[in-house]
Amino acid sequence: MEDSAQHIATFSESLSIALPEIILAVGAMVLLILGVFRGDRSAGLIGSLSIALFIIAGFAIIQLPSERLMAFGGTFIVDSYARFLKILVLIGSSVAILMSVAFNEREKMNRFEFPILIVLAVLGMCMMLSANSLIALYMGLELQSLSLYVLAAMNRDSLRSTEAGLKYFVLGALSSGLLLYGSSLIYGFTGTTQFDVLGELLHEGDLSIGLIFGLVFLSAGLAFKISAVPFHMWTPDVYEGAPTPVTAFFAAAPKVAAMGLFVRVLITGFTGEDVTPQWQQIIITIALLSMVVGAFGAIGQTNIKRLMAYSSIGHMGYALVGLAAGSQEGVRGILIYLLIYFAMTLGMFACILSMKRRDGMVENIDELSGLSRNQPMMAFGLMVLLFSLAGIPPFAGFFAKFYVFMAAVKAELYLLAVLGVVTSVIGAFYYLRIVKIMYFDDPTESFDLPMRGEMQAVLTASGLFTGLYAVFSLPLIQLAGTAASSLFP
Amino acid sequence: MDQWILTAITFAPTIGAFFILLIGGDREVADKNARNAALWTTLVTLVLSIWMLMNFDGSTAEFQFVVKYDWLGDNISYHMGVDGISVLFVMLTTFLMPLCILASWDAIRVRVKEYMIAFLVLETLMIGVFCALDLVLFYLFFEGGLIPMFLIIGVWGGARRIYASYKFFLYTLLGSVLMLIAMITMYVQAGTTDITVLLQHPFAADMQTWLWLAFFASFAVKMPMWPVHTWLPDAHVEAPTAGSVILAGVLLKMGGYGFLRFSLPMFPVASDMFAPFVFALSVIAVVYTSLVALMQEDIKKLIAYSSVAHMGFVTLGIFAANLQGVQGGIFQMLSHGVISGALFLCVGVIYDRMHTREIAAYGGVVHRMPIYAAIFMLFTLGNVGLPGTSGFVGEISTLVGAFQANSWAAFIATTGIILSAGYALWLYRRVIFGELTKDTLRALDDVNSREIITFAPLVVATLYMGFYPSSVFDLTDASVQNLLDQYTAAVEAFQSAQLEETGPGVGEN
Repeated sequence: MEDSAQHIATFSESLSIALPEIILAVGAMVLLILGVFRGDRSAGLIGSLSIALFIIAGFAIIQLPSERLMAFGGTFIVDSYARFLKILVLIGSSVAILMSVAFNEREKMNRFEFPILIVLAVLGMCMMLSANSLIALYMGLELQSLSLYVLAAMNRDSLRSTEAGLKYFVLGALSSGLLLYGSSLIYGFTGTTQFDVLGELLHEGDLSIGLIFGLVFLSAGLAFKISAVPFHMWTPDVYEGAPTPVTAFFAAAPKVAAMGLFVRVLITGFTGEDVTPQWQQIIITIALLSMVVGAFGAIGQTNIKRLMAYSSIGHMGYALVGLAAGSQEGVRGILIYLLIYFAMTLGMFACILSMKRRDGMVENIDELSGLSRNQPMMAFGLMVLLFSLAGIPPFAGFFAKFYVFMAAVKAELYLLAVLGVVTSVIGAFYYLRIVKIMYFDDPTESFDLPMRGEMQAVLTASGLFTGLYAVFSLPLIQLAGTAASSLFP
Repeated sequence: MDQWILTAITFAPTIGAFFILLIGGDREVADKNARNAALWTTLVTLVLSIWMLMNFDGSTAEFQFVVKYDWLGDNISYHMGVDGISVLFVMLTTFLMPLCILASWDAIRVRVKEYMIAFLVLETLMIGVFCALDLVLFYLFFEGGLIPMFLIIGVWGGARRIYASYKFFLYTLLGSVLMLIAMITMYVQAGTTDITVLLQHPFAADMQTWLWLAFFASFAVKMPMWPVHTWLPDAHVEAPTAGSVILAGVLLKMGGYGFLRFSLPMFPVASDMFAPFVFALSVIAVVYTSLVALMQEDIKKLIAYSSVAHMGFVTLGIFAANLQGVQGGIFQMLSHGVISGALFLCVGVIYDRMHTREIAAYGGVVHRMPIYAAIFMLFTLGNVGLPGTSGFVGEISTLVGAFQANSWAAFIATTGIILSAGYALWLYRRVIFGELTKDTLRALDDVNSREIITFAPLVVATLYMGFYPSSVFDLTDASVQNLLDQYTAAVEAFQSAQLEETGPGVGEN
């Protein structure tokens, strides 16, 4: 207990520990004032400033001392796990803003609030990743969710966008309710909201039925946020309805943050001989269902954004396989999975955002036909990403699956592992379908040439990362290993 | 020198592919440059692999030209090496590749650049499979090969290419992912993915059963064994000629190589237990697919089914687990790689001229194409297993091996040889002999010099291996002997342990 990690920081120390979040919060306010004064023509400027803000916050995160830091009476924690995922969230959000600029101008939705809402959502995500108590968790989650609801309905003149926003809001509010209800049960039956205290209590094995109820509600609420089956119903509609740059943002950063939070709650708060099997069976079930629904649901889709929604449901299922293992290897597997999934998704959306003709954006998969002749480089990049999403070696997606299944086998979850790989074969079918459309079918009218510079850059970076991952992955694996070990003190 | 040679052979084609990617300019010129660059790349790779073979020491069972670097951490390393079992498969790949490029010279007219890149990448992945000494590395190459082949069938294939490419991809992927889980299990049990260490690792007997089945799922599909062979005829029929050559020549051999590298030495108890099951499947494959081949109307499909039958001999020999059987299995794979590759090239020659593979569309070709008829004759007889060709050595050796293990299986499989003579010679008669009655055939030209250059090395290889088989056996002997010694020791140890367990109880009663 005298361990320096348990040292409770004073208020001023706490402020310096939370410096990156404070930078984001203050920055968002300043940008908001700037936007109000200068109006919508400053949207581009505010977008660039937001990215600068993310970079500064990123440096602030790296600058923090590398040990485990607790702040604000132990409710806020910064360890290498939080650092790893926060950097990921910041990169993803910067890329999302970068990719949105041209789209927003073209679709006449270049409002200055757009980047600011993303900054606020990122602030929420950073708080989620550093939350060490149920209250901090809820604050972060709600800040993030409320920003996302507005973002989904950003294109307010579009029926589909407002529908997506409303649907997301109603279902999201329901899940927040479940989560709160679960939290209150947990607090009522244990007398604490803090994860590490909870972990020590439960380690001794004092398990009441009320606590398990609370755990189930909490898990349901969090499963909603990562769009795991059976709480996935909102995903395809929101992905399809929301403006594409918003979807790109949804698919990467919030998934990373919510998954990171889910893992931290269960691993640090609810680990013990008696309690681990309780949530393990829930996770195994939703992992399995997500993989199956993700694989079968995508087969019939014609809209590429809906397809990506089902793909993300499936991928969250694979990441949950690592959580089901409940081990340090499992957590490392999840971190590697999130890193790789995130890189692939951003590349995919760079392509989707480039699918435009004179009369506007197109979202139908058939529009890609013959892309390999019209735009060979884009088709090639997309093909690498698709094979990687399908988990075919030597691309990165294979390694993502490799590590989570390794953790599952180590935890003797053989059936889960076998069913998981079988669904990945079914999933391969619809990724192959896109490759087939691009490479085997005859070309149609080509897209507006050429791809914009920033899209090219994102696609190239993402393609190189997934294509050459096998060559340089060792430092990344070590980094993820360190991050994972910080959850197992 | 020894350190980098395998890496060089493996990745030389990729480097060539990268340069082809950079070729630009006018389409005609770019296509010509792409063809030349691909040919030179494969020739350089061939020269490198010949150098390797000349420095290979056949008297030891050790892995040679070993290179090992830390790769992914956690005891997963970049580990390559060849022994007597794998070295000849590397040779087979580098030997067939330039011929494939030559065979595609005029046949491929669209997207030549991409085609050559796909082939060169495929070569890297195929060579990698035979050189890898680490499970993860092996899986990477094994599975990665699906991507270029999928594209080759899908982009440059025939009318039903999309169906065939999907079937090929998903069928083999399903088999392989089960193997992946088995590999991970082995890693968890043994703590390493190093194949040289795993070869010595004693897996528990019941664990061996499961692992064996998972590996079998993958290799049986790849091989392909009856009843999971149905993807092969489709893939062969739709693939372009060179694609068929590689498919029959190299990709099918990965299954047999897998049995030799993993199933037999790593799971000896399970292999021994499942041997009768494999015999049964092999015998069915030999007889059933030969009968199916008899009734085919498409030349390529006929050869595809005959491939399945010939692979039946290979599995029969390998699981006989004696010197003649395993040696014969390896020999049969090499010989089949050359002969069936050549047969697909023969089909390609007339397909390029007539654009049909219907047997009924031909007849009396000998009158217009005498040289071609002679070449086709040689490979048909090789396929039948005529003494003097390499086909004979492989078949007789596997049958001798199989006879010692299970005489009934050997007996039934021998009837397959008779059937193979039936379908192969009947095919030859219908295509080559007879009156030249069809007007469309009158304009046929005999093989040109490019085609003769393509066939010449194959003719030499078939006859050389047929007349002087010890050139192969000498190289494989030490490794096979070592494999079998360990296999027998492991099986005997297990049996005596079981006897001890049950023995005293029986004695007391």
